[in-house]
Amino acid sequence: MRSVYIQLPGLPDEGWLEQRSIDDATFLMTRIRALSVLTVLFGPIVAVGCASAGPATTGSATGPSDTDRARLEALYRARTDSAFLTVHEADARFMTGMIHHHAQALVMSHLAPQNGASESIRTLTGRIINAQTDEIAVMQRWLRDRGRPVPEVDQSGHMMGGHMQMAGMLTPEQLEELAAARSQEYDRLFLTYMIQHHNGAVDMVDVLFATDGAAQDDFVFKLASDIQVDQKTEVARMQRMLDAMPARETP
Amino acid sequence: MTVVTSNAPSTRSRRLRALSVVVGLAVVASCAGPSTTPTGMTSSIAPTMPMTPLSATPPSPDPRVGLGAGLFDAEEAAWNLSVVSKTPPPDPFVGRTNSDLAFKGNYVIQGNYDGVQIWDVTDPSSPTTVITYVCPASQSDVSVAGDLLFVSGEGMTGRLDCGPGGVADAVSQERLRGIRIFDISDIRNPEYVHNVQTCRGSHTHTVLEDPNDTENVYIYVSGSAPVRPAEELAGCSGLLPADDPNSALFRIEVIRVPIDDPAAAAIVSSPRIFEDLVAPPTHGLAPDDLAVIEAARDRGDFIVDIMGQTVVLPPRYTAPLLDSMMAARGGESVTAADSMALREALPALMARMVGGGDGREGMGPTQCHDITVYPMIGLAGGACEGYGLLLDISDPVDPIRLAAVADSNFSYWHSATFNNDGSAILFTDEWGGGGAPKCRASDPYEWGANAIFTIEGEDMEFQSYFKMSAPQTSLENCVAHNGSLVPVPGRTIMVQSWYQGGISLLDWTDPTNPVEIAFHDRGPSDAERMGAGGSWSVYWYNGYLYSSEISRGLDVFELTPSPVMTQNEIDAANTVRFEQLNSQGQPEIVWPHSFALARAYVDQLERHRAVSSGWVTEVRAALAAAEQASGSARVSSLNGLASQISGAADESRDPAKVRMLVDVVRGLATAQ
Repeated sequence: MRSVYIQLPGLPDEGWLEQRSIDDATFLMTRIRALSVLTVLFGPIVAVGCASAGPATTGSATGPSDTDRARLEALYRARTDSAFLTVHEADARFMTGMIHHHAQALVMSHLAPQNGASESIRTLTGRIINAQTDEIAVMQRWLRDRGRPVPEVDQSGHMMGGHMQMAGMLTPEQLEELAAARSQEYDRLFLTYMIQHHNGAVDMVDVLFATDGAAQDDFVFKLASDIQVDQKTEVARMQRMLDAMPARETP
Repeated sequence: MTVVTSNAPSTRSRRLRALSVVVGLAVVASCAGPSTTPTGMTSSIAPTMPMTPLSATPPSPDPRVGLGAGLFDAEEAAWNLSVVSKTPPPDPFVGRTNSDLAFKGNYVIQGNYDGVQIWDVTDPSSPTTVITYVCPASQSDVSVAGDLLFVSGEGMTGRLDCGPGGVADAVSQERLRGIRIFDISDIRNPEYVHNVQTCRGSHTHTVLEDPNDTENVYIYVSGSAPVRPAEELAGCSGLLPADDPNSALFRIEVIRVPIDDPAAAAIVSSPRIFEDLVAPPTHGLAPDDLAVIEAARDRGDFIVDIMGQTVVLPPRYTAPLLDSMMAARGGESVTAADSMALREALPALMARMVGGGDGREGMGPTQCHDITVYPMIGLAGGACEGYGLLLDISDPVDPIRLAAVADSNFSYWHSATFNNDGSAILFTDEWGGGGAPKCRASDPYEWGANAIFTIEGEDMEFQSYFKMSAPQTSLENCVAHNGSLVPVPGRTIMVQSWYQGGISLLDWTDPTNPVEIAFHDRGPSDAERMGAGGSWSVYWYNGYLYSSEISRGLDVFELTPSPVMTQNEIDAANTVRFEQLNSQGQPEIVWPHSFALARAYVDQLERHRAVSSGWVTEVRAALAAAEQASGSARVSSLNGLASQISGAADESRDPAKVRMLVDVVRGLATAQ
């Protein structure tokens, strides 16, 4: 049994059907049905060949007429929905794993105020919270749109339910160590562990791209590429911050 | 804010060609008759009030807040510009992402993740489809050079044959990641003539038309996606340069395209413009700290390097490790052999524990997102991950880094725009990658914004930030994106996309005082969830602003007069005509002498109270009279006016602009 959200084109209510429990066989049938509805309504999605004209497109200061608008919106929804029906396992696995991965970054970052982080670290953690909260939301939406199980995360980054250990994620011991650290020691550990954490995300992207059939979805491709460059950039920035810290007091 | 500035150890001198801003050059028109003073100007040019900086009075409350959602019928708000047309995408591209724009003649070329759309905009109020060319590959960044069209392919789905369906295999000879080249001499039938594959594909690219090389054009390829496996494209390596000198990281690709033989286009160099771009030099350990470590070493403690820091491992770390060494050998108690084994295994262990360990930490960018070249001044601005670069491109094949800036407020340096005289540069920060809502009321002004720098010799100096200020909802992806200069003479004005934050006109004539002077925005594309949409790029081209709307097609706008932009300024801007335009290949703007140009300068002198109001009235009357006159009467009145203005220029509060006015008035006389 699994819980899924599904959206079917052509139904009177375009909104989300409520969450329901169905077994895999029912889910598969639903997908096949939805696909045939699409094909009947709109024909093949992509025009084969190079040049393609289609109905003449014209512009005006007021935009498309009501009739045109209805037709274009139906076509738009059909295209978007059809994308939901072709999901590669590796993409779904990547998105699911990355939610777990990002969630831990939130946990690590939310410690900053209570652990006496310096102002520059608090700026950094603020950024990470902002960026990764947004990315978690889009990854959840991606999975939800495709009827996949959606890992739920609370505001501070705690997983509601199971917890997956992805590349670069802190061990429970490391997390405890970070939670116990204060002031400059927190800053130093945060940077060290967040660099480790980010590098893990970069590794996850590498794995994704090395998988046959993966990242054909434009959205996954873009998100994964963005995560790779954003986190590499942030690793370099954090390394500069770490280098600039005063030498560690040795025991 | 600016945390790092580093100069390349370049010994080559920069051939910065001075721009032709001719101020106060005494051109005496020999054909003109005797100088007369037909207007008999009596007012002193000197103003009585203090000069005022530019300020605008935007509508309040901001009409961009709270706009109703809709895909093709969202509510809209506009200030100081009007909608000329809104044209939905052609059917094959509905629901597929529209991307960047290029221009040629009366055509707008719009990239789409599924191909290229060519519009005929002879009548901008009703763009019509010339051809919808289906050829999937994200992002389909487009550029033109004469009869050639270049299209970027980066995503995994691009096929050599332009076919649909993508490429399923992780390694495939069918895949195209790089630059596609089309011959568009017959624009209705683009001919796919060649492609150049690159190791990281092409996220964006920049066409460089070198003024000293009329036989070739050059393409700077920026690819931010992962490196392809060597089995797919020979020679590609994602290793570090230290491990593989041929690494595809830390370099850009330069393609040379022979104009008469585009099928011979090939990569000619892969400049490592990021060389040595690392963390700024920091001091090592203090003597006391070194002494502590040496003492620990003498005691036989375990010492490791973690991310460049020398650390003495405390027993709570080492004890369990020693235990596991002992267990591995099946021993009963920890011995010197375990200690030895741990010492050997530690570096690898630490690398695994703290991640990375591939030596990439602390290194600079491995790629640029986008490069804007300004061939007339021999410079380029590179927006490269964590850095903004200033490049000397006087040798197109061998760009040299002059300066690099980093900024703790900047997340991801995305694109660059020079002002027309090359004295300042604006960088954008695409924080969140463009798909995230980064213009909410809670998002900081300095994040996901523009940063404006002045160019001081071979350095860049930070001046100010600018961010589109209307708070957007969390359903609207919004962050700084592409734009171009709007050729209003005497000012630096740029139109810029903010995705679903709409488009915004920004005056950054004074790099320390950027001011928003116009905008257009729609409500979210979807009321329930984050929908695709927003302006990918908006560029001025021959009198109109063309915006590539990700979901909604092509929007065309025109400027409307206001206190911050007079009709004369708009008219003068519209005297500028391009044959083609790629925004990342920045053209020098040159204004033909016109009465509109002269009046635009007068309007600007008046706006800033650089001159007296009586003087303004008289000069306007004189210009009007001269325009009515013809032949030698016009010539003599223009020359007379120029002489009078010129003589008093220094008494104004903006002598440079007064001299620009003199130059135009004399130019108008000479043109007779």
